[in-house]
Amino acid sequence: MIQQFPKTLIVGPGPHISGADSTSSIMWSVVIALVPAFIFSMANFGWYAGAVTITAVVSAVATEWAIQRMRKVSVTITDGSAAVTGLLLAFTLPPGVPLYVAALGSVFSIAVAKHAFGGLGMNIWNPALAGRAFISAAYSSALFMPKWPVLSSIFSGDIRTLDAVTMATPCAILQSDPAAIFQHYRLWDLFIGRIPGSIGETSALALLIGAAFLMVRKIIDWRLPVAYILTVALLVILFPVRAADGTIAGFWQASFWADPVFVLERSLAHALSGGLVMGAFFMATDMVTSPITKKGQAMFGAGCGVLVAVIRVYGGYPEGVCYSILLMNTVVWAIDNMTKPKFFGERAHA
Amino acid sequence: MSYALLFISIVLINNFVLAKFLGLCPFIGVSRRRPEAMGMGYAVIFVMAMASAVTWAAYFYLLAPTKANVFYRIMGEGRTPADFDFTYLQTIVFILVIATLVQLVEMFLMKMVPALYKSLGIYLPLITTNCAVLGVALLNIKDFSRLSPAESFFRTVLQGLGGGVGFLLVLFLMSGIRERLDRAEVPPALKGVPIAFICAALMALAFMGFLGLVK
Repeated sequence: MIQQFPKTLIVGPGPHISGADSTSSIMWSVVIALVPAFIFSMANFGWYAGAVTITAVVSAVATEWAIQRMRKVSVTITDGSAAVTGLLLAFTLPPGVPLYVAALGSVFSIAVAKHAFGGLGMNIWNPALAGRAFISAAYSSALFMPKWPVLSSIFSGDIRTLDAVTMATPCAILQSDPAAIFQHYRLWDLFIGRIPGSIGETSALALLIGAAFLMVRKIIDWRLPVAYILTVALLVILFPVRAADGTIAGFWQASFWADPVFVLERSLAHALSGGLVMGAFFMATDMVTSPITKKGQAMFGAGCGVLVAVIRVYGGYPEGVCYSILLMNTVVWAIDNMTKPKFFGERAHA
Repeated sequence: MSYALLFISIVLINNFVLAKFLGLCPFIGVSRRRPEAMGMGYAVIFVMAMASAVTWAAYFYLLAPTKANVFYRIMGEGRTPADFDFTYLQTIVFILVIATLVQLVEMFLMKMVPALYKSLGIYLPLITTNCAVLGVALLNIKDFSRLSPAESFFRTVLQGLGGGVGFLLVLFLMSGIRERLDRAEVPPALKGVPIAFICAALMALAFMGFLGLVK
């Protein structure tokens, strides 16, 4: 039998300082923080990106409602947590994805990755990313696009010819031919987001505006995302790569540093391309599925960074943010055990 | 493929539990508490490596149509090695060999290393019928039987060892997650084994990130 404490009774070690934050204030802050990226996605990819996002959000909220009714627990769709899951899931999908795929992904996120574990606060894996991984396993043909569309005409100012153009994503180029990245994209474009990619991930600028808002409101901590992005930027420099002629090239060779500005710019391009900024600030920092202590969060970020760099440089996917966070979610319990705060005067365990 | 890549591949990418879905019964059965999970994991590493080596010998000297086949050496006058092709018996021979091996190991440990025997407990006999052990034996034959004997033997043992290490890794991660789930309000219908399977599925999704790491 589950013992139910009265909601007004707070059980925990002191000191007890009560804050004004609640689940719904935090979740709606996250929704507000994602609005710039949402607006930018519509500008970058057209109205269909907005339709995908709204479909995912609506189906996430509807699933939450249906399951909470079935479980006979109080319905909490107004706290915004399901909306955040739907938004983040939609932001990881390519802009041309069929609407039913986005809807099914939301259903999986909420039903399997969240409510099977008991609902908000109980899940082990980030629901949005679990939904994304489910879609890429079950509907890979709906996601597969060698070239990704982007409405470049809006930016060129010529609105009369609103044709979409298609290009390979920066991550794909960074994996197949990293030396040629700046022949395709300028660093500034990567920062602003005038690049192909998933719906919400392209604009580092829009995402950073939202992240700054969350950091000012103390909803996310800077340590995790900074550790994450720095680790990726550093490791893409340090990892040796096999050149086309079979020789292994790396940072220890003088020829590698012939153009140090390019090396740094390429590392910056890695940091700005793909879903790294979105994953680091909005997904890895999920309060439920990340470690509790600040030290643990930094370790979590660094671990994600290592995995992203390994997958991007050596792996079979051009992008590894989703899998890196899911894999680190798997070991959060171990990080929490390692970084358990000590009582005053307590000595380290053997 | 180098030895290091072979090892990484069998631990992370072609993990027996998460990619091949073998050995699920002990994976679900003993992932409840961490000490038990670790004991089971070590026992599986040990048995997988031993079974790989022994089944390799059984295949190479008793079943395969080569000049090293013992039956060919004894009765081979006027016949070709192809007449001694018993590879169709490999499944049943491997099952018998593994079961016997585990029983022998158990008796040996009981007599000689009682401490280890006690800590492995019930898990050692349980492994007798673990499909991951038979799986690694059959996979070794499929992957490496065309290589030269020394090379094939070395890779076989390495793959057995790696299979066990991969099993230990996911069992360890799973046990930590299940200890955490004890405090979650899992719906009554999903408590216990069902949520463990859902966890295994989500872990398998996460491990898909390693796909293509070794070409």
